[in-house]
Amino acid sequence: MNNFEQYRRRFLGGALATAGAAMVPGLMLVEMAHSRAPEEPVSSRNRWGLLIDTTKCATGCTECVTACNTENGLSGKTGPQDSQWIRKVELTHKKTGAQHSLPVMCQHCEEPPCVDVCPTGASFKRDDGIVLVDRHICIGCRYCMMACPYKARSLVHEDLNDTQLAHMPRGKGCVESCTLCVHKIDAGENTTACAEACPEQAILFGDLNDAGSEIARRLATYASKEIRADLGLNTGVRYTGI
Amino acid sequence: MQIINREIEGNSAGYWALLGGLGALTLIGLFAAYNMEHHGHIITGMNNQIVWGLPHVFAVFLVVAASGALNVASVAGVFGKKIYKPLAPLSALLAIALLVGGLSVLMLDLGRADRAIITAWEVNPTSVFSWNVVLYSGFFGFAAAYLWTMLDKTAKPFYGFAAYGAFIWRLILTTGTGLIFSFLVARQAYGTALLAPKFIVFSLLYGTAIYVLVLLAAYGWGRRALGDEVVRRLKNMLVIFIAASFYMTLVYHLTNIYFARQWDFERFILQTGGIYTTLFWLGQVVIGYAIPFILMVAPNTRSNRSAIAASAVMIVLGALAQMYVTIVGGQAFPLQLFPGYIEKSSFFDGEIHAYTPSYWEWMLGIGGVAIALAMVVFAVKILRILPESLADEVADPHAKK
Repeated sequence: MNNFEQYRRRFLGGALATAGAAMVPGLMLVEMAHSRAPEEPVSSRNRWGLLIDTTKCATGCTECVTACNTENGLSGKTGPQDSQWIRKVELTHKKTGAQHSLPVMCQHCEEPPCVDVCPTGASFKRDDGIVLVDRHICIGCRYCMMACPYKARSLVHEDLNDTQLAHMPRGKGCVESCTLCVHKIDAGENTTACAEACPEQAILFGDLNDAGSEIARRLATYASKEIRADLGLNTGVRYTGI
Repeated sequence: MQIINREIEGNSAGYWALLGGLGALTLIGLFAAYNMEHHGHIITGMNNQIVWGLPHVFAVFLVVAASGALNVASVAGVFGKKIYKPLAPLSALLAIALLVGGLSVLMLDLGRADRAIITAWEVNPTSVFSWNVVLYSGFFGFAAAYLWTMLDKTAKPFYGFAAYGAFIWRLILTTGTGLIFSFLVARQAYGTALLAPKFIVFSLLYGTAIYVLVLLAAYGWGRRALGDEVVRRLKNMLVIFIAASFYMTLVYHLTNIYFARQWDFERFILQTGGIYTTLFWLGQVVIGYAIPFILMVAPNTRSNRSAIAASAVMIVLGALAQMYVTIVGGQAFPLQLFPGYIEKSSFFDGEIHAYTPSYWEWMLGIGGVAIALAMVVFAVKILRILPESLADEVADPHAKK
């Protein structure tokens, strides 16, 4: 091997190592943005949310609702006193007659009215934007249900008769709502039951804070909407096509 | 002539029957609360659409009336009208009792009533409910201190402080009660600061009406002299408070009618809302305002004690109708998630929400009223609350001093 060859190899090796070293922080950042170790605390690096494409959402299809009920141990009954964490809303425009179908659940607001009004702090927002109810200190006053602009919350009106699942404790007399499948997120699965179940992939789960994520890229590219955007709550759930 | 406040004898069969009856109603209320706790809210008419129902109608009515019941004492202690001074202890007592009754209903209606005490240490500074925990406790403190300074001569130096404190506190308290609804941004019936002064004006009417009824009953059944002058002045107060309440109601609805986005809601309450429309026009406006106003102003009836008593009863009925329209009617009209669209879903989006109160809720609500009245009936027997005589020659010259 001549000197030139040796020099060439050293140069290439060094360049590769430098390039590799330069990529490491970037890769680590991407990794950090996507998930965290279970022992790591939740942080505001993430803002979990959903983007719902109403043009794909089919009228009459309730796969997301069924999946949510199964995932969280809800009965699926739809009486006035039954819990519904997610529901399909069918819309008809009063003037044009245009029709849309879309799922509505807790919108995981950045400024949640339910958290503002809760007398005990049982309604709370995690640093990663997920709005939850602490079942240990909820007194069942239902002030959050009065305050929620999205009608996203339900009171457990009767005994649950051990229909609860280990990962989703519930309780008679306490208020509950969509948790954005927090147990999946904390387990590093980074998805929700509704998003997985949608046959049209109309529901996209992701990290709104991660500029490289699919959800952030789509939000940056296409027009999207928050329900009752006039309230200025900055919801984590967004809609396109309406 | 010196006016002496003295305990009533309270030994008659009628007294014990009254106390026993109120005790029984209290027990019935507690039985309802036990069942709601045991079975859950499934046994009530409340649901995920109408989340606050009849218990809240009674509770908010009692809490609002509590602060208004203090009005008579404030007129004496803060505004210096001497004729009201002997009437003040009953006023403070009634304020405490009505608040106990209202809060009992509110607490016992909780989904987890056993956890109510958590509000004492898990405090959320942005929650109006959390503020109210402080406001209610403070009101008890001031009203009790006020009562003490009136009953115990050694506490006289604190009289002014307690009187002013209770007066200012009651204004803040009712503001807090109004703000429970004012701070609900998304519902069309609420979300206006007008509700705070509106509740203050309503409280003056409701509290004074209850005061008049209790006074007439106590002096009628207790066979103590009650002159026309005291009754005339209280009646005049009611007339003014009716006019003020009507004004607040008018301004609230006119504001809504001016905003196009509120038309559907106003049409619902004023025109097409079925029970809510009936309760508004017939209950709140006709029975609660118009008829009592006419009875207490018309020359033929304005000095008639039965007409005044009937007016006070009608004001209370109108008050309950108003609370039902405000609280239940406000929720019955659906939230608008997508303005401009007809909404339909399995969760009753876009439709008028149905609500029929169960008998458990009636039992709990009436139980709260019974707790308040039982406290008054018992307290007038053991404390020097009621003046021995309020005959004109006693009360009226006293006023001219």
